[in-house]
Amino acid sequence: MNDDYEFKSGSRLERVLKSGRFAVTSELNPPDSADPDDVYRAALVLAGVCDGINAVDASGAHCHMSSVAICALLTRAGYDPVYQVSCRDRNRIAIQGDLLGAAAMGVRNVLLITGDDVTAGDQPEAKRVFDFDSIQAIQTAKIMRDEARFLSGRKLTTPPRLFLGAAANPFVPPYNWRPLRLAKKIAAGADFIQTQYCYDVPRFVEYMKRVRDMGLHEKAYMLVGVGPLRSDRAAEFMRSNVSGVVIPDAVVERLRKTPKKKRRAEGKKICVEIIQQIREIEGVAGVHVMAYRQEELVAQIIQESGLLPRPKR
Amino acid sequence: MFRFLQNYPHFLEKMYDGMERAIRPFSRWLTVNGRLQPLMVFAEKTGKGDLFDCQMCGQCILHSTGMTCPMTCPKNLRNGPCGGVRLNGRCEVYPDKDCVWTAAYERSLKMPDYGDEMINIQPPINKQLEGSSSWINMLAGADVVTPKGWVTVDVIEVTTI
Repeated sequence: MNDDYEFKSGSRLERVLKSGRFAVTSELNPPDSADPDDVYRAALVLAGVCDGINAVDASGAHCHMSSVAICALLTRAGYDPVYQVSCRDRNRIAIQGDLLGAAAMGVRNVLLITGDDVTAGDQPEAKRVFDFDSIQAIQTAKIMRDEARFLSGRKLTTPPRLFLGAAANPFVPPYNWRPLRLAKKIAAGADFIQTQYCYDVPRFVEYMKRVRDMGLHEKAYMLVGVGPLRSDRAAEFMRSNVSGVVIPDAVVERLRKTPKKKRRAEGKKICVEIIQQIREIEGVAGVHVMAYRQEELVAQIIQESGLLPRPKR
Repeated sequence: MFRFLQNYPHFLEKMYDGMERAIRPFSRWLTVNGRLQPLMVFAEKTGKGDLFDCQMCGQCILHSTGMTCPMTCPKNLRNGPCGGVRLNGRCEVYPDKDCVWTAAYERSLKMPDYGDEMINIQPPINKQLEGSSSWINMLAGADVVTPKGWVTVDVIEVTTI
């Protein structure tokens, strides 16, 4: 008998989290290309320094190589991807089929999210689907894994072994509802949570206090989203154009006061500081480093945060 | 015209209760394929349309969502707000509109009877009921039929919050 059966999925991410070690995940910049080498090149800078690589599903409603295909390529190379599924583009029939397909390709982690609206992207005239919301998608994935059946009740001969993830954004209103929404996601079946970018640490501390009061940190692993800001202008752009991203004035101000040439380094430093603060918060199980178009910084950030070497499995 | 009533969620939940009691005696005539279906559809479209901007999903959960129609959310979310809500409480998609769920949450706090139902997980929607009368569907029990494979979870019990 394989020791694998103690686990829901046996993914590297699940093993690291269950062993109590501080986990690190990161996000792959999906190529606008049909060349698999572009995926491998992007993965190379991340693979050695994190326990799971997120393959985003047309984030910001911009079309790129599909997340399920990126995951299939990554599993071939022995990496442990986190397959992101957005409810924006596909209905329940497509989502369930893709979950089976992904699992067959060796995908063991999946992150089920609502998704940015189509109007956030460069094809705002597209039809939005939203047949499921994220909570219904998570619960359907759990039903497929644990009850070995589709939502229709039809049996699966081999259920997908998946470590189920959900997103959380503690930084936007209604603040008092956010912990309750997390409770709903965990009740629906989320095993781990990846949050939106955390730049407002006091807000997050407050959120985690309620999460701990409700005992939710013991029912799912909390991975906190972090990332380096390239400059004050990039920060300004992000907070006004990327939905759900909150960056306090103090952070923008700190970057603005830094000499132009040192801003990138300062952005990285802020990120490392936030990781160190987050690590001190009880109930945090890891970080999710998102460095859009600055992927080469991910390794440095993880190293400077004292999170290397990563466990073998 | 009557949309201002949305700011009185407690009154609306009482009205919901009253409505349910009022139509139950007529359940013999209020059937899915009955003659009164078009009349009820008309009544709901005008009444609930005016009050709640009802989208006629045919499976009304207003009392579980702060007497605020979740189908008016551009993403049709039935389980709470997405992560795109703006700092001023406005919608990610329509910056000049309040987030439906921010309003729903605020209103649910003023609803002693049904406010707590916000925590319930709403099952996936049944698109086949769209356009039909939710009152008739409620009397027939058709609005609470979930997909066969669905598992109903009690959030409070599972998370022990």
